[in-house]
Amino acid sequence: MRITLNGEPRDVTAARLTDLLDELGFGDARVATAVNEQFVAVADRAGVIVAEDDRLEIVAPMQGG
Amino acid sequence: MRAFYETELTSSLMLGTAGYPSPAILAKAFKASGAGVCTVSLRRESAGGAGQDFWALIRELGIPILPNTAGCHTVKEAVTTAHMAREVFDTPWIKLEVIGHTDTLQPDVFALVEAARVLLEDGFQVFPYTTDDLVVGEKLLAAGCEVLMPWGAPIGSGLGLNNEYALRAMRSEFPEVPLVVDAGIGVPSHAARAMELGFDAVLLNTAVSQAGDPAQMARAMALAVEAGRAAFQADPMEPRDMAEPSTPVIGKAFLS
Repeated sequence: MRITLNGEPRDVTAARLTDLLDELGFGDARVATAVNEQFVAVADRAGVIVAEDDRLEIVAPMQGG
Repeated sequence: MRAFYETELTSSLMLGTAGYPSPAILAKAFKASGAGVCTVSLRRESAGGAGQDFWALIRELGIPILPNTAGCHTVKEAVTTAHMAREVFDTPWIKLEVIGHTDTLQPDVFALVEAARVLLEDGFQVFPYTTDDLVVGEKLLAAGCEVLMPWGAPIGSGLGLNNEYALRAMRSEFPEVPLVVDAGIGVPSHAARAMELGFDAVLLNTAVSQAGDPAQMARAMALAVEAGRAAFQADPMEPRDMAEPSTPVIGKAFLS
């Protein structure tokens, strides 16, 4: 299915958010996620199913002022 | 020094992590600054991206981490970003920025108060990036903020303290509240001045990261903050318009 990952179209296979993060190569990475502009906490990821056209945001620590 | 949400800082200098020529220079600047807090942000990550190395770098600094909501323009955006930051950085602290104007990056104080209220109810410890408006400050405190961070000048401008009168008024109006001048500091004298006014800390980034020698400037800022703090504690003299001889007049020999 096709989703939008960090603003770009992306074809993915896994639907469960935990599996999808593994598929995308984030395994144990320190990242935070939001699906359709809603924050999804680490503890809730296993219960979230990503669907066609969903918007997934993955963010990580970055320099800031 | 006043505590920030019950955390005592080791220095009144809060230093940003953006815009350094390299991670090594960033680390060197932080070491030279003795900064009490480092500010950080969140951005989109791709697999194997730079965020993981950066996380390792800031943990090695060993000082409290203050994540920001930089670039957020709405309450919803700022609140969601704060939740993501709390999880990634494992801290209830959030430097709350809700930007209202593209050119000046002035905070949208109406949205700021609303976002602060939402986050405080959810257990966050909010450091609001605000203007020097007393009424806004009162509303942020009423919402539960225990720190106020008025701007000195627009972010990244290096203009210093644009409205010293307003900053003095804030210090006088909120004598028990930890106050931080956040944004606008360009050179050490600006930082020293903020501390002379009785502010509890200054938060700066560009002035150090964009200096020709960031580590040397970081040290200069640390010295300025310390000097300004000591001067405030020493209760400075009042300025006056006319001269007042410092050498006693009485006993001067009559020689004319």
